[in-house]
Amino acid sequence: MKGILVSYDFCTGCHSCEVACKKELGLGKEEYGIKINELGPHKYENGKKTGTWEWTFAPMLTKACDLCASRTEQGKMPMCVQHCQAWCMAYGELDELVKKLDGKSRYAFLTPLES
Amino acid sequence: MIIDYEEFENSIDPKAYHKGEWRWEEDGCTVTRTSHYSAPGCHDSCGLLAYTKDNKLVKVEGDPLDPAANGRLCMRCLDLVEAANNKDRLKYPLKRVGERGENKWERISWDEAGEMIKAAVKKLEDEGYGHESIFVANGTGRNTVWQVPLVAAALKTPNVGATNLSGQSCYAPRIFGTFAAMGDYLVTDVTQACEKRYSDPKWEVPDVLVVWGNEPLKSNADGFIGHWLLPAVQMGTKIISIDPVLTWWGARADYWLPIRPGTDEALALAWLNVLTQEDLVDHEFINYWCAYYDELKEHVAKFTPAWAAEISDVPEEDIIASARMYGSAPKGAIQWGLAFDTQVSAMEMCVTVTDLMAVCGNIDKPGTMKIIRNAFDVDAGESTSDIFCGSTFNKKLTAAVFGCEGMEFNGSVDSDAVNVAMESGEPYPIKMMWSQSSNALACMAFDAPRTYRAIKDSVEFCVYADPYMTPSAVAFADLVLPVSMSIERDSARTWWTPLRTMKKCTSYYEAKSDEEIVVWLGHLLNPEVFNRWPTAMDLVNDYIETALAITDENGNAVKPGFDLSFDLGADQRDAYDIHTKFRPIDSSKTAFDDLTESSCGYRYDEWNDTYEKYDKGMLRPDGGKGFNTPTGRIELISTVLPVWGIDKYPVHHENQQSVKWLNDPEYRKRYPLYCINGSRSYEFFHSEQRQMETMREFHPEPLVKMNPKTAEEYGLKEGDWVWMENECGRCMQKVTIFEGIKDYCLSAEHGWWFPEQEGAEPNLFGALDCNTNNLTHVYETGSHNIGAPRKTVCVRIYKVRPGDTMPGEQVTRLGGFRDYVNREY
Repeated sequence: MKGILVSYDFCTGCHSCEVACKKELGLGKEEYGIKINELGPHKYENGKKTGTWEWTFAPMLTKACDLCASRTEQGKMPMCVQHCQAWCMAYGELDELVKKLDGKSRYAFLTPLES
Repeated sequence: MIIDYEEFENSIDPKAYHKGEWRWEEDGCTVTRTSHYSAPGCHDSCGLLAYTKDNKLVKVEGDPLDPAANGRLCMRCLDLVEAANNKDRLKYPLKRVGERGENKWERISWDEAGEMIKAAVKKLEDEGYGHESIFVANGTGRNTVWQVPLVAAALKTPNVGATNLSGQSCYAPRIFGTFAAMGDYLVTDVTQACEKRYSDPKWEVPDVLVVWGNEPLKSNADGFIGHWLLPAVQMGTKIISIDPVLTWWGARADYWLPIRPGTDEALALAWLNVLTQEDLVDHEFINYWCAYYDELKEHVAKFTPAWAAEISDVPEEDIIASARMYGSAPKGAIQWGLAFDTQVSAMEMCVTVTDLMAVCGNIDKPGTMKIIRNAFDVDAGESTSDIFCGSTFNKKLTAAVFGCEGMEFNGSVDSDAVNVAMESGEPYPIKMMWSQSSNALACMAFDAPRTYRAIKDSVEFCVYADPYMTPSAVAFADLVLPVSMSIERDSARTWWTPLRTMKKCTSYYEAKSDEEIVVWLGHLLNPEVFNRWPTAMDLVNDYIETALAITDENGNAVKPGFDLSFDLGADQRDAYDIHTKFRPIDSSKTAFDDLTESSCGYRYDEWNDTYEKYDKGMLRPDGGKGFNTPTGRIELISTVLPVWGIDKYPVHHENQQSVKWLNDPEYRKRYPLYCINGSRSYEFFHSEQRQMETMREFHPEPLVKMNPKTAEEYGLKEGDWVWMENECGRCMQKVTIFEGIKDYCLSAEHGWWFPEQEGAEPNLFGALDCNTNNLTHVYETGSHNIGAPRKTVCVRIYKVRPGDTMPGEQVTRLGGFRDYVNREY
């Protein structure tokens, strides 16, 4: 199965994936194929991480995403991955991508609806 | 870890992305592989694939085969189709028909525009004024920096530079500071000088990165793409963030040092104190390559971490620990930025931090600070006007107007001196102004209300050239000229490396490129000089081949640009050769065509892709080892500063408002908060992109960050409009509650105007209403008029109420916020 691996500790919330996708899919205002969620900034006052900051960005796929099927057929990358300024997204077979997990950052797999 | 550069390169399908081709047909479109370099902004040139059809840009994507940006475009470039085809674009030259400020225009031809300009220049001459009474304004560093000085050459005036950018307080101070210490400039090395990029076997990952006084991810300043740093962080680079505001860096840092605004120099001196007292320095590097280490150590002995903690509001133990972390790192880099320049300690700060790099040996070694120059020595810039403006050169408005002593090293006009000339007519009046790609009233100018008055009251004929009608053009212009965007121009760039071309893909009505405007104007007014460039393409080729250098009456080459040994009278290089180091691959082609077609629009040079250049005899004009300084070493206590009239021992200075804030309880009660002016966002480059629907969808209004405690104290909540006010004026922005800022600081955005609003006065597209420069003042600068307090502004805040007088009304109708007394703020 194909999908996108995101090393979201490094996501900077730059919106490139969102805009690249919107333009490719011809989406309008408030419509996204991929959308970044933002958590924080917030300083922990409890638990083991007390005194440290949480400020995390993480993209999620919407119903509109088809992993840029028409692009990947031609050998091109999905728009979001191609334009990820933070180098934190990779596209491919999940079996292959899983080898990149190293426990040194938080990761998420994103897989869209099968059309 | 996701980043694996070789894997990334190997994964790019060469057929799908047409490797090696610069232009092809695809899906009924012509696709051009080129680089983008304004308009619209920014300071960088990312490689992109432009899809055009029927003379229209229809689609843009990043070019994964471009080593400079690897296809990773920001949201603004991804939205270029909206910019290029925007309904607000200027199509034809426009002549003012109503009063200035009424936003009433009539379409005219370029020929008629030329006649208007010629008549204005003749009137100036007939009235007995010299051409120095013409001020040519450019904007920040984009693809106008080497062209607009030629407007000044055409108009035969030496006065070209920024509009009320007090203290040349953007980037220039860092150039001057490093040049004073070591004769060259330094940037964080993240492989950008090598075509192999992160797979360059020479490169090493920095151990510690100090992100100081800028948010590189959002600002992409100084020819440096902030996201270049991300692969290094993924590969293990640790972070120290020095910033009053929490950024992406601060939230991921081992140490975030939230300093009181404008106290960076105190912290820098204390770091030097720790490094020298605890002997965390690189003695081998110092012994071989530096001078005056003992003198530096003695000078900083008194600047203890306890002393700096008191000034900077950073705990002493954090100053010590972070200094140790930086000093102990085998490879350290300091990503320095705008806040170095926007304070009165700018020169001191820039030499001190150069020393911080030098004493740790973080100079031109892999993964440290790279010595960088413009690729192939293509160095044309603001100084170009100096060699072409003719006899007016000696009348240039410099820091000498303010009594600054010492050799002049600032190639640009002193913009405070221009303001003096406008307001007082001393040493001569400013009668005519030409502004190209600068929207100063909304963006760059300190004290926007005062700038409004100064230009309006003095300038009798004013030309604006821009892709859009701007608030500044409405307020001041008698003639507006339409400028082409990047996609519509043949042009070239060297700001560091690689050398790049921008290939014209479309045209837009009667808009002309900056090169075309320059050549058109030059042939009209100064053919003697401009006959050298029959066409705009000749100018571009000459820029690449000679950097617009000339040969003087003795047969010696006279080159524009700043060179320490040249300026100190010791230049011995290539005295007779005006050529740059660029040589075409295909000698049957012109330089532009060779670059565009033979190497897909870019070329890296060997000089920049070399480490430890000081050890290879690459920095000094005499070819010897060492640095391009009087001693041949990095001068930890600079011998150049005294020549420039600046104290060689750097100390910390507070700006006037901070002095009062610290020492006068009444003042602090009145203006209890620091407003840090100019917070960047991904959506906008300075005052640009406000017309672009997608950018406004993401970021509709100006935001001021406020600590939750501050908001509670003032009864404010998320989304409230709030006035920020001080003795200079007021402006309003929308509150956003933000935990990562001190409770006595605010962080406000700059450059806001609203193209969808009324353009005529008093509104001027709302450009004065939210303008944080209403809170700033001119004439307060640092040593030798370098550096000015933009981010250390003290204010009070209160909620915006219905019926409040808008700043646009106050400034354009009610005489401004205060009396503007000459030479005092």
